[in-house]
Amino acid sequence: MFQTHYRLERKSLRLVLAIIVVASIGGLIEIAPLFTIDETVETDPQMRVYAPLELAGRNIYIREGCYACHSQMIRTLQDEVERYGPYSLAVESKYDHPMLWGSKRTGPDLARIGDKYSDQWHVMHLANPRGVVPQSIMPRYPWLTTTQLSVEHLGDDLRAMRTVGVPYTDAMIANASADAVAQASPDGDTAGLLKRYGEATQVRAFDGQQQTVTEMDALVAYLQILGKLSDAAKAPQNAKASGR
Amino acid sequence: MVSALTTSERTGALAILFALLGAGVVMAASTATRSDPMGFHGYLVMLYALGVMVALLRGYFDAEPPSSRLEHYYDDPTKAGIILAMGWAVVGMFVGDWVAWLLAYPDLTFNSAWASFGRLRPVHTTGVIFGFGGNALIATSFHVMQRTSRARLPDQLSPWFVLLGYNLFCLIAVSGYLLGITQSKEYAEPEWYADVWLVVVWVTYLVLYLRTLARRKEPHIYVANWYYLAFILVVAILHIVNNLAVPASFAGAKSYSLFSGVQDAMTQWWYGHNAVAFFLTAGFLGMLYYFLPKRAERPIYSYRMSIVGFWGITFFYMWAGSHHLHYTALPQWVQTLGMTFSLMLLIPSWIAAANALLTLNGAWDRVRSDATLRFMMMAAVFYGLSTFEGSFMAIRSVNSLSHYTDWTIGHVHAGALGWVALITFGSIYALVPWLWKRDAMHSPALVEWHFWLAMAGTLIYVFSMWNSGIIQGLMWRTYNDGGTLSYSFLDTVEAMHPYYIARAIGGLLFLIGAVIACWNIWKTIVTPSPGAVSVADGQPLPSLLPAE
Repeated sequence: MFQTHYRLERKSLRLVLAIIVVASIGGLIEIAPLFTIDETVETDPQMRVYAPLELAGRNIYIREGCYACHSQMIRTLQDEVERYGPYSLAVESKYDHPMLWGSKRTGPDLARIGDKYSDQWHVMHLANPRGVVPQSIMPRYPWLTTTQLSVEHLGDDLRAMRTVGVPYTDAMIANASADAVAQASPDGDTAGLLKRYGEATQVRAFDGQQQTVTEMDALVAYLQILGKLSDAAKAPQNAKASGR
Repeated sequence: MVSALTTSERTGALAILFALLGAGVVMAASTATRSDPMGFHGYLVMLYALGVMVALLRGYFDAEPPSSRLEHYYDDPTKAGIILAMGWAVVGMFVGDWVAWLLAYPDLTFNSAWASFGRLRPVHTTGVIFGFGGNALIATSFHVMQRTSRARLPDQLSPWFVLLGYNLFCLIAVSGYLLGITQSKEYAEPEWYADVWLVVVWVTYLVLYLRTLARRKEPHIYVANWYYLAFILVVAILHIVNNLAVPASFAGAKSYSLFSGVQDAMTQWWYGHNAVAFFLTAGFLGMLYYFLPKRAERPIYSYRMSIVGFWGITFFYMWAGSHHLHYTALPQWVQTLGMTFSLMLLIPSWIAAANALLTLNGAWDRVRSDATLRFMMMAAVFYGLSTFEGSFMAIRSVNSLSHYTDWTIGHVHAGALGWVALITFGSIYALVPWLWKRDAMHSPALVEWHFWLAMAGTLIYVFSMWNSGIIQGLMWRTYNDGGTLSYSFLDTVEAMHPYYIARAIGGLLFLIGAVIACWNIWKTIVTPSPGAVSVADGQPLPSLLPAE
C-alpha cells in the first residue's frame, strides 16, 4: 500500500485524479439518491406556492440575515414539538430556493410562526423588539415601515423560481407586480390574486397602512404564511408525533 | 514590485485590468434602469481595476528585470498575501467582536440597516475564513510549493491574478452583505457574479499549482502539497455545486438556488462541513506539515501516518456533512451515514495531530523557549481537541442537545481560534523573517504576549460558549413535575447574557493579540537587521539550492 503511494506521489495528475475520486464518493452516495428516492419528499397535491408579496418578504428575511438566528426546522424531538408545533416535513420546504432551515436558535424557531401573532404585534416587534418583549436581543428594523417595497421586477423572480422547478403559471408571472400590491391592499381589486393563488390567500394591510406597500407589508405577509403552505404535517399519520 | 514583471507580463496585466474595468462598467450600466445593489459592485470593480492599474502604470516603463531573477524564488505575492491576511484578520475579528457585543447589548446598531447583526455576521465569517484564512493559505502555498518542489513559480502574472482576484472576491462579498446582497447559504453567501468570478480565480490557482509541480526538481511531491492540492480541488467542487443558481435577471444581484428544501439543505451542509474540512483543515494541515518541521528543525515523524491521515481525511470528511441535519426532515439513512463517518473521521484526524506532535520529539525544549513554535504546537493540540469534540457532537443523542445552541459556536471557535488562527500566526511569525531576510521578529517579547493573549482569549471564548450552549440546550428540554416545559424561550435568552459578555471579552483579547501581531510584523518589515543590510536586491541567493 505504501509502496503504491510512493509511486503515486510522484505523478501530480494521478494524485489530482485520486483526490477527486476519493473525495467525490461520499457526496455522490449521500446527495444523488435524495433526488431519485420518492420517499425523500412527501407528496402534497394541495401545496401552494408563495404569492409574490410573500416571496418579496422572504427575500427581505434573507437580505437581513434573519436565518442567522432563527431556524425554520422543528426537529423530531418531543420538547420541540411541544414548543413549536408538529415537526417539519421535507415537503414543507419543497418550494424554498434556497431552504432556510438555519443552524442556530439565538431566537426561537419560526417554521410555524404563521398566524401565531397578530400583524400588529409583528409590526411593533420588528420596529422595536424590546418595546414588546423587554428581554429580547433582536435588532430593530424600524425602516421597514417607511421603505417602499420594490415590486417592479417581481415577475423576474417568479420566472427564475419557475426555472428551478416551482409551478408558477404564465399568468402569475405576468401579474406578479400587481398581485403583490393587491395582497397588501384589501380595498383594491383582489379577484385576480385570489383566483391565481387561492381563496385562502391572506389579503390585508399587513403594516396597518392602507395607502402604501412597504417592506414591512412583505415581511409580515411572509411571516404569517410560515408553516401554512402545506397541511401535510397536520395529517393524521403525523398526529401521533404532536401528542406526548 | 512591478519592476519584477517582464514587459509581456505587464502588458498582460494591463489587458486583464482593462477587461475587469469593462466588466465593472457593464455591471454598473446594466443596473442603471433598475435600482439594484449590484450597480454598487460595478463601481467597486471599476475602482479596484483602476487602483491596480495606477500601481501598475507607475512602474510600467521601468527597465526589464535581469534574467538572474529566475535563480530566485518569486516571493513578492507571498509577501503581499501575508500583509493582506493580517489586514483581513483585524477587520474580520473586529467585526466578530462587535457582533458578540451586539448579542449582549442589542441596541449598539446606530439604528441603521447595515449595522444589524444579520448583516454584520457574514462580514465576520467571510472576513476571517476567506479574508484572513484564504489569504494566508494562498500566500503560504506559494511559498511552500516553490520550496518543496525546488522550482520557481512558472510565471509572475498568474500568482498576482490569483491573489488580487481573490481579494476582489472577498471585497465584493463583505460589501455586499452590508448592502443586503446574500444568498443566505452559510459560508457561501456571495451572489452569482461573485461566485463566477471566484471560479475563474480558483481555476487559475489550480493551474498555477500544477504548473509549478510540473517544474519540480524533487521526484516526490511533499505531503504539504497533497493537502494544498486537496484544498484547491475540493473547494472548487464544493463551491461550484453548492452555488448552482438561476439569477432573477442578469441585471440584478438576486438569484434562486437550483435545489430546494431537503436536497438544498444536504448540499449546503455537504458544502458547509467540507469548507471546514478542505478550507479550514486540509489547507492549514498543508501549512502545518511545512512550517512545523521547518521551525522545529525535525523531520516529519512518520511518512506512513502522513499517508493514512491524508487519505482518511479526504475520504471520510465528505460523508460527514449530514450530521448538521440530525432529527430534521433529512432521511434518517443519510443522518446515520453522516454520524458513522464523523466518528470514523476521528482516526485520521488524530493520526494527523499525533504526527505533528510526535515531530516535536527532541525539540520540546524549543517549544518552551520559542513562542512561534509554541503557536504551532498548541494549534496541533487544539486540532486534536476540536476534532474529538466534532466527532462527539456528531453523535445523534449528543447533537439533539448541542444543535441550534452556542455549543456549536464554541466548537467552531475552538477550531477557528485554537487551530486555524494559531497555526497561521505561527507560520507567519516563522515566514516573515525568512522572506524579508531578518534575523528574527522585531520583538520576540510581543510574540510571547500574543501567544498568551490568544490562549486566554480562546479559552475564555470556548468555555463561555460551552456553558451557555449546554445550559440553553438543557433548559429547552426541561420539564416540570406537571409534565409541561419549565422554561419559555425568553428565559433561556436571559440566561445567556453573562456568557455573551464573557465571550465578547475573550474575543477582544484575541483581537488585541492580532493587532499586536500586525504591529510586530510591520516593524520587522521596515527595520533592517544589522547583519542583513548588505544583501542587495540583485545579489544571487542560494535559495534555489537547499532541499527544503
